[in-house]
Parts: sequence; C-alpha cells; structure tokens
Amino acid sequence: MKYSIFSLARAALSGHKNWQRTWRDATPKDRYDVVIIGGGGHGLATAWFLASEYGIKNVAVLEKGWIGSGNAGRNTTIIRSNYGLPGNTGFYELSMKLWERMEQDLNYNTMVSQRGVINLYHSDAQRDAYARRGNTMRINGIDAELLDLAAVRKMIPFLNFDNARFPVQGGLLQRRGGTARHDAVVWGYAHAASALGVDIIQNCEVTGFTCDAKGKVTGVETSRGKIGAGKVGMAVAGSSSRVAAMAGLRLPIESHVLQAFVSEAIKPLIPGVMTFGAGHFYVSQSDKGGLVFGGDIDGYNSYAQRGNMPVMEDVCEGGMALMPMIGRVRLLRQWGGIMDMSMDGSPIIDKTPVDGLYINAGWCYGGFKATPGSGFVFAHLLARDVPHEEAARFRLDRFRRGAMIDEKGQGAQPNLH
Amino acid sequence: MRIVCPFCGERELGEFTYLGDAKPVRPEAGASEDEVFDYVYLRDNVAGETNEYWYHGGGCRAWLKVTRNTLTHEISSVEPAAGAGAAKVGA
Repeated sequence: MKYSIFSLARAALSGHKNWQRTWRDATPKDRYDVVIIGGGGHGLATAWFLASEYGIKNVAVLEKGWIGSGNAGRNTTIIRSNYGLPGNTGFYELSMKLWERMEQDLNYNTMVSQRGVINLYHSDAQRDAYARRGNTMRINGIDAELLDLAAVRKMIPFLNFDNARFPVQGGLLQRRGGTARHDAVVWGYAHAASALGVDIIQNCEVTGFTCDAKGKVTGVETSRGKIGAGKVGMAVAGSSSRVAAMAGLRLPIESHVLQAFVSEAIKPLIPGVMTFGAGHFYVSQSDKGGLVFGGDIDGYNSYAQRGNMPVMEDVCEGGMALMPMIGRVRLLRQWGGIMDMSMDGSPIIDKTPVDGLYINAGWCYGGFKATPGSGFVFAHLLARDVPHEEAARFRLDRFRRGAMIDEKGQGAQPNLH
Repeated sequence: MRIVCPFCGERELGEFTYLGDAKPVRPEAGASEDEVFDYVYLRDNVAGETNEYWYHGGGCRAWLKVTRNTLTHEISSVEPAAGAGAAKVGA
C-alpha cells in the first residue's frame, strides 16, 4: 500500500483498524536468483536496490530472528559523511545522499533529521586535524564548517567550555549530518522491497552452504530447509566470522561489544549530534527527549550483546566533562550490540574466494550511517560482479596488499579502532 | 565481568587491558608471506570458549592467559602467561 495524507485520513476515519501489514512475511521458495543472509538494514537495503535499481526481483532476505533485531536496533542512529580517507569519503557521501532521498524513494517516514553533527576540538593539534578533514570533505563536495570558540558558544552555550583539562576550542560542523529513526529504516526498506516482490523470511537461520562439484555456492541450508540461489550475499555484521566459517573462510575481523545508552526524557536541550573530542563520547537527543549516547567499544571479543561497567563509567565521564549539568539525569536504558571490528576500522564489500558467495562486513561501529550506501554498492556488486566505484577500495584482499583504510591509524588491533 | 588474578585475587575489569586471542603464534623469521599475513590479520573469532591474553596494568602488571566464553563472558580459568604474553608484544 502507498502511504500519503489520503491513506492516513482514510485510516483515521475507520478508527485506524484497517491498516495493512507494511510488508509480506514470506515463506521460502525452492530457489532465488539472489539470497541475502541477514535481515538488518544493510541486507534489506541490498534487496531493495537489487529490485529497484538493478531489476533483480527474485530475491530473498533470510533473517535468523525478526528483521531489525540485530545492530539495526542497537545503535545511536547517527548519520554523517565526515570521513577523511580516500575510499571512505566518497562512499559515506554516497550514503548521505541516499539518506536525503530515502523517504521519497521508499514511501516511508524514516524520520531523517539533518540537525547537524559537530565534532568538538580541544587543542591546537586537534583543530589542525579537523581543519584537514574538513578541507578533504569540501574538495570532495561535502559540506563542512570549522567553527571557532565564539561560534560554538553561540550554537551550544551550555557546554563546560572552561574545563581545566580539556577546554573546548571549537568544532567541525557538518550541517547535513543528523539522525534517523533506526527501526523505521528497517521497516521502510522491508516495505519497499516487499512491494517489488522480494521475499522477507524471518526465523530462518542459515546453517550451511550447498556447493556444486566445482565448489561454487548453489544455495543455503537453513532451519526452514534448503534454498537454492544463483548468488548468496551475506550482510550479517557481528556474526560475519561465524557465517563465513560455514564456507571455510577466516576473516580479518573480531566481534566486539559496543554499548549505547538512553537517559530519561528531558526538555529539548541538544540541538544536533555532538562529540567530545578529548575522550570518546557522542550524544544526540531523541524526539521523545531522551539523551542517546555512546562511546568506545568494551575492548574484548564478545558475542554477548551486553557490556560491562568500566566502559559505562568512561562514557558517562565523557558526558560529564562536556555537560556537568547532566549529572543528575538518570540512565533509563542501556544495551550492547556486536560489531564486526575489522583490522583497519573500515568495511569489506567484495566477492569472497568462494565462487557465488559475496560479503558485506566489517562495519565496526559505523554501520548505521552506511545503511543505504552499503545496500546500493552491495547490490551493484551482486548484480554486475564488479565493485561499485565508491566501494572499490573495500576489498577483502586489501590487508594482504597493504592497502589499508585506517582512519584512526591504529594498525591491526581491532579493539582500538 | 571480574577477573581472578592469580597474584592479586579478584579484581574489577577496569584494572585489565585486553590483547586478544592467545592462539596466533608469531611466525619464525623467514616465514612465508602467507604465514605472516595469517598471523597479523586473520582471526578465528570464536563464539564460545577461547583463550586470550589480558594484562593486569592496574595491579601486578603481569600478563595473564584467561579462558573465557565469548557468548556468556564466563571465565573458567586464569593463569600467568609464562613469558608468552611478553613475547607476543615483543618485550
């Protein structure tokens, strides 16, 4: 069904009792042209772009639980394209442009709100690094403004500017950045993909791959039976190593837990998204009023979807350093998601050494903002068998070639990215 | 998660720093490119019980070999990493 002011009025007149399901909960067929493993934002976006941009509509998305039950439902909903390295800069801007037209494309309110993202700097060296990143963005056609102290004071007057250890000196602002409603992104892609004939199959866990005599993947074995496939794409960040292991692959990835937090609702305070540059703390305020924030990963391998107290303390200290006034705000909820931490902090979108199997993985903790871009370039790869030009550097073999994309310069230590 | 250090007793997690999987062994000098690549970049990324190196920086400053379940965070054994931890970081 198509959503509009008229469909809303019609439903209102009948007491909102006649809304149809927004997408079909399908049962598996014997065979599809493309099977996507993982019904999160990336998997569903891939299926939608396959159907809408590349004309491949005989597609299934297989999800172990319910769609959006993984990291799509466990993030801090931030969208931005303020990356500094070749490979990342163009890709995240492609994603940003897709965010800007997502609601029209999908006919779904994903609550994309370009309320601005500001990264605060606290030293001369950090200012120079941000100036460089801002310049990189601008020569690539992306909006960026380097704000001095006076401009930040005007925009966010309530910060603790005179923190003795980490005084705020200014910030790098991307006005087109902001937030989006994470669940609506999942439902929106499911809605639009399902309308084009994509089968979304829940409670369907992949337990193995089927291969022909030459070793080419011919389908998947699942908890709901065998499903044949011309090509199989995996978009299961957090569990990539486990799924890849079924095909005999080892990946340059470790799974780590990242926590996120929501406070009780308070009056409108924080105008956009802001980050503390002297630690690791990022925060926005949801439309319901809660402060949504997070920081570093816990730092040890985990599949447990829950974290521990030291990081919680560290994140809250970052918040307190910026805004001592939030000290009496109570924490309402806290959760953990499992991140694919790659060896250079950047994603992998490529064919695998196994014929017919394609991988979309290694999103570290930047996967949400990449959702539309990831779907677009992964669909391109699946449809055309060549990488999209904006994802040409996200190759699986770049570690062997020494062509890392390491924004943080940490080297092959995944828990430090 | 709390770790029972064999030297200091039960301590809170914040005192420890994580290095990672204890399985990869640094290849000998003259090893092939494949072996070095495997050691530096590829991981088993085990879901379940695994051995790993932790450093007790907030206590005795010893390297420890911890057996921990990555699905539950349950720790089943903690041993001193007799030279192995130090060797891994090149000390």
